[in-house]
Amino acid sequence: MTAPSEDIPVAAPAEEIPATKAPAGVGTPRLAVENLRIVMTPSRRRPEADVVDQVSFTVQPGHVLGLVGESGSGKTTVALALLGLVKRGLSIGGGKVLIDGRDILPLSEHELQKIRGRTVAYVPQDPGSALNPVLKVGTQLHEVFAIHGGGADRLSQVMAEAGLEDPKPILASYPHQLSGGQQQRVALAMAFACRPQLIVLDEPTTGLDVTTQRRVLDTVRGLCRTYQVAAVYISHDLAVVAEIADHVAVMYSGRLIEIGAASELFSRPAHPYTRGLMRAVPSMESSHELLGMAGSPPRPGNRPAGCAFRPRCEFAVAECELREPQPVVVSDTGHAARCVRAVEVTSLSGTALTARERAVPPAGEPVLTISDMSVSYTDKPVLRDVNLAVGAKQSVAIVGTSGSGKTTLARCVVGLHKDWSGTITFDGKQLPPGVRGRTQDQLRKIQFVAQNPYSSLNPRQTIGQIIGEPLAHFTKLPGRQQDQRIGDALTAVALRESFAPRYPDELSGGERQRVALARALVLDPELLVCDEITSALDVSVQAAIVELLLRLQDERGLSLLFITHNLPLVRSIADDVTVISAGQVCESGPVTQVLTAPKTAYTQQLIADVPGFEQTG
Amino acid sequence: MARRPEAVVILGRAVRTPRGATGLVIAGCVILVAAIGPAVAPYSSTEFVTSPFARASRVAWLGGDVLGRDVLTRTLDGGWELLVMAAVATALGVFVGAVLGVMAAYYGGWWDSVIMRAVDVILAFPQLVFALLLVSILGPKIWLIVLAVAISHAPQVARVARAAALDISERDFVKAMQILGIPGRRIIRKDVLPNLTSVLMVEIGLRLTYSMLVIAGLSFLGFGLQPPAASWGLMINENRVGLIANPWGVLMPAILIALFTIGVNTFTDAVARASLGVGGRVTEPEPVALVAREVT
Repeated sequence: MTAPSEDIPVAAPAEEIPATKAPAGVGTPRLAVENLRIVMTPSRRRPEADVVDQVSFTVQPGHVLGLVGESGSGKTTVALALLGLVKRGLSIGGGKVLIDGRDILPLSEHELQKIRGRTVAYVPQDPGSALNPVLKVGTQLHEVFAIHGGGADRLSQVMAEAGLEDPKPILASYPHQLSGGQQQRVALAMAFACRPQLIVLDEPTTGLDVTTQRRVLDTVRGLCRTYQVAAVYISHDLAVVAEIADHVAVMYSGRLIEIGAASELFSRPAHPYTRGLMRAVPSMESSHELLGMAGSPPRPGNRPAGCAFRPRCEFAVAECELREPQPVVVSDTGHAARCVRAVEVTSLSGTALTARERAVPPAGEPVLTISDMSVSYTDKPVLRDVNLAVGAKQSVAIVGTSGSGKTTLARCVVGLHKDWSGTITFDGKQLPPGVRGRTQDQLRKIQFVAQNPYSSLNPRQTIGQIIGEPLAHFTKLPGRQQDQRIGDALTAVALRESFAPRYPDELSGGERQRVALARALVLDPELLVCDEITSALDVSVQAAIVELLLRLQDERGLSLLFITHNLPLVRSIADDVTVISAGQVCESGPVTQVLTAPKTAYTQQLIADVPGFEQTG
Repeated sequence: MARRPEAVVILGRAVRTPRGATGLVIAGCVILVAAIGPAVAPYSSTEFVTSPFARASRVAWLGGDVLGRDVLTRTLDGGWELLVMAAVATALGVFVGAVLGVMAAYYGGWWDSVIMRAVDVILAFPQLVFALLLVSILGPKIWLIVLAVAISHAPQVARVARAAALDISERDFVKAMQILGIPGRRIIRKDVLPNLTSVLMVEIGLRLTYSMLVIAGLSFLGFGLQPPAASWGLMINENRVGLIANPWGVLMPAILIALFTIGVNTFTDAVARASLGVGGRVTEPEPVALVAREVT
């Protein structure tokens, strides 16, 4: 990141934290949020409970504030309030949202409509669903100008600014004809079209691969600088925020628990939660063991007395239970945290990363060998001459950008896709292409965990039934023993047996993914194929899942085929890595070798594009 | 912590809405009339009580029909068979249609083409014409009418079920079962069908009203229960010549058929609305529904 560290404290929390250094030469902040409180609309059944409370921050023109938090922390709720919106069932309980000194919360719906787009713009998480699929991109962009005025002649300029150099073909396309990165650029162009004062970006790069993400981030930064737009960038990914933000605000359980200049906050986090988050982020620099945080954030209305983070905090003292901690300023640039031991936490060296290298097991006889595999859909080749070997107890990562064919590879191995040529050898025997040709034993020994835990569990079955289904098919165990096995599987993935009668919708994303793992593990497989299993999860949850996976691999001698687009994660989990680009193996070898001394230009670019704290400061 | 079946949850929610309660009460009244009618009817349905098309009197509260039989008795007598036939035809039609639709969606390819083209052929005939065709060839037998109506429903249900099942079949939890080598039949029964509950419930409601109308229509055209048996559809036909003299002979069965249809439709609408929230469990949690903000 290029932010000068002697920056003025543009994002110092308003009110309760005294600005120790007067912001010289800076007028009113572009955005000032003061004591924002958003509550669940009280009804007969439930009393008023705050979802977000005591949130205050400011953003200066041209600056980016990163708003970080796990799902459910209230970050999106805050973001929507900046546009004068609340989710169904919530209402604004107090506070102010000042844009250029004008409070937008008391405005009428009609007045707000005039502001949205012109004064405040919003870039959604999934541009694919935010763009109207039946209108051409050009038509939709013209619409923005038609509503908010402004010359349509600026169209190509706006497009160029968003990084779409040749706008003609894009304007004439429908959204589905564009790639994810292009869609997101169109959304950016739309947002910046009317030169807003403030732009709110809600995880706009989630779902994009690193290279595209890097370009989108650069575009956002550039546009904010050029037009002096203030930006609030919401993300659960600390590394991405480190990449783009000048200032960072961390949310936990509806409170802003830490705020400060990005460089300072990431080098010396003052809140134990921020520290924990940082330890959960995999790093390109070292294959440190990822540490997940125990427990889960409290739900609104269910907050413990005192500090909401106390039950999960390793620094908790008796005082934490007494009252909610007030912000403690830890530096003269306005870096502050809601923690009674903030100063102490800051003084701890770095983030105390336990850089324990994973012991690489000796590569034995490979369990799985893929040779000369090629796949085509109709005429289009998806994979060409792929060679790959996974040794016993070894963990091999397959890395590639979206569309590189890595998921197809996984589907071929597990037998979902059967139109491929070449050979796959498993346990010394050649593997038939489709599920039907394979023996019961082969089916049992190769298990698969899918990317999205929200769609991989049948919502109509209990957890016990979900895990029991494979068991019932492969083993004809009596009920008692089957229940025992289900219980064991749940315990193995660090859930309790009491989860068995529950339904998936009662579980969090991380818990669901554990159940999906339990379903795969209950059959004692030899090879586990994991397709982006952490990409739908928060970093702290991801860390916990990776921790669990590595432990299970150790205990059970599993071989892992780990498919991901997350390079730093590879570092933490894999022994060998194979980089795939456009259906071809581009580079493969031991992780340390490929990631530290990449041979091909493609891998080098991929590594350079990874966001991280390292570039900061 | 066992959860009540989804169907029960949806029905429970639907009944608690004003719309659902109204629909259920209306349809329930008609069913009640048809069910206990035969037991409380003052005369026998074939007994000549008064003169043809006699006006309402103390002897015959709703007057006489074309042959001077009691309209009230025949109204009370003539619904049960109709309702049972409609219910059986609906159950059969929805079952067959759902199975065909889900098979087409799940297996795809050859299965899909054959099933859906067959469906298209049957859909080319209007429902009533199709039923008439079968009945006019094989004669007006009750089982045949039920079967004809069921067959005429199946293609429409199959289309709806196929569309819904296509989506479910692509879900990862179905894939997870497939890679274990679990046979398709079992996956359909355990994983696909349970996720179609709400869709099929709405379909049952809709098809029930159509069944009622088609069977009553057939009976009006003379292809239902044969005289002298009482049946609402038949009554309308028999008594229409005397509409001026004693309108009750036509009005009573017509009103009951209309009320039943309206009641079932209203209730189905409530079920469809109630199932929205429940069915939402299939997808990701917490869809961001933006509404105008409420400032307290």
